[in-house]
Amino acid sequence: MKFMAIVKANKDSESGVMPKLELIKAMGDFNEKMVKAGVLLAADGLQPSSKGARVRFEHGKRTVIDGPFAETKELVAGFWILEVRSKEEAIEWIKRAPAPFGDGEVAEIEIRQVFEATDFPLEAFPAEEVAREQALRAEAGKKLRK
Amino acid sequence: MSPSDVQGTIRAIWRIESAKLVAGLTRMLRDVGLAEELAQDALVTALERWPEAGIPDNPGAWLMATAKHRAIDVLRRGQRQERTHAELGQDLEDAQAQGGPDLDAALDEPVADDLLRLVFIACHPVLSPEARVALTLRLLGGLTTEEIARAYLVPEPTIAQRIVRAKRTLSEAGVPYEVPRGPELTARVKSVLEVIYLVFNEGHTATSGSAWIRPELCEEAMRQGRVLAGLLPDQAEVHGLIALMELQASRLAARVGPDGEPVLLLDQDRGRWDRLLIQRGLAALARAESLSAEPGRYTLQAGLAACHARAGRPEDTDWRRIAELYQALGRLEPSPVVELNRAVAVSMAEGPAAGLTLVDALTRDPSLRRYHLLPSVRGDLLAKLGRLSEAGAEFERAAALTRNERERTLLLTRAARCRGEA
Repeated sequence: MKFMAIVKANKDSESGVMPKLELIKAMGDFNEKMVKAGVLLAADGLQPSSKGARVRFEHGKRTVIDGPFAETKELVAGFWILEVRSKEEAIEWIKRAPAPFGDGEVAEIEIRQVFEATDFPLEAFPAEEVAREQALRAEAGKKLRK
Repeated sequence: MSPSDVQGTIRAIWRIESAKLVAGLTRMLRDVGLAEELAQDALVTALERWPEAGIPDNPGAWLMATAKHRAIDVLRRGQRQERTHAELGQDLEDAQAQGGPDLDAALDEPVADDLLRLVFIACHPVLSPEARVALTLRLLGGLTTEEIARAYLVPEPTIAQRIVRAKRTLSEAGVPYEVPRGPELTARVKSVLEVIYLVFNEGHTATSGSAWIRPELCEEAMRQGRVLAGLLPDQAEVHGLIALMELQASRLAARVGPDGEPVLLLDQDRGRWDRLLIQRGLAALARAESLSAEPGRYTLQAGLAACHARAGRPEDTDWRRIAELYQALGRLEPSPVVELNRAVAVSMAEGPAAGLTLVDALTRDPSLRRYHLLPSVRGDLLAKLGRLSEAGAEFERAAALTRNERERTLLLTRAARCRGEA
């Protein structure tokens, strides 16, 4: 089973403040433990929303809104993708993470199960959509090879 | 937390901690059977105490401390014969004293070697492959006997017996509790990789029971492969096996059609291939190839899987590279089936005539006499060359040899079409 663990943003991650060296090291050690346990598939940090943008979909219109975004609570600072045998195992691993913004700061990491292709019965997708998705992924696949 | 939540959490903690626990105890006691018993005792105690007392902050350290206390008790009651009680008891007290308040840090030091030692013990060549699998899933996977039995669709007592006998074999054989070195290490790594790939294949091509594929076994095998890569980062074939497993697993979702029938690779919906696993598999393959100039069997097979993974559509497949890889594989492990696969690749790269020359040579191989894919491939090549009545005869021959109903029907249909057009 795959889970995504999402680090919610806070004012520091949004301000672009670099984390303290001990925290970087502690996170590195934690990631290494998960790699050695064979459970970490992917991990990345996201840059502040000031460097990002949003596309808003409303009644057929698309609007682009540039960051930064005020509602820090809605934002994501980073994620891990874990492959474990149960939600409890994902939780146990994340509990072992260093406090994402240091022990003095409140932080939240949300854990969500990833849909896997085997979760979708083939009948759920009509044939043309399957073909379109297939073509898109083939394009993405070609780019991956570069 | 509800009682069932606590149970689920304790099981998760066990899955994370048990291998390290058993590994450490094995080092102290030089007896994997006893180590496992004490580890299980600690688990039982946890299951009794934690629902009321709460789960400790450092559950791994709690389990190790509990197991060590039991170990000292057991030794003092004189149940171990091979070393003096005083010696072993002293070792344990020293280990405990060294543990102190920061047990986790103290345990971290020897752990890497302990775990590796346990891996080599569980996969020891003196054990049968099925014994190695059961022991590995139990000791390194932290799976219960029931979970292993369910995964392999055999009765639980069968697995329990297998594990009991495996431990007895190990103790009777007087297996040394050391990590092998030098050339022996490479040889022993082979037997470990064999076990991991056996587990993977059981999950990947399982034909018994209602599930065609058992993803949990594939995931467990990949996890153990990754753990091994952390323990032996310079062993090329470890990365090769991980690459092979991740690339094969990337296609799991596409392998079964809506009617539950298997879908051949070239017919699969590539949109259902897992891109993250492909990315990881290709990275592991690159690592394997950078570590050794002479690719081993897993690295070569991973190379084959990579050729397909890199092709966005079947027509983009690098058949020439596939043919080369089969040739290398054939040199490493001569096999008429490998040669047949090479012939198919050559026919895709150079045309049916070139492939047919290779296949014709194989018709003389006695070991392929009852192999339905030989006439099936030959028929296909003949049909492409316009030699339809010969093609028809080959498809009929193949149909007679296959035990798969659906396949027989397909082959007979092809035969009839050839006859019709000839």
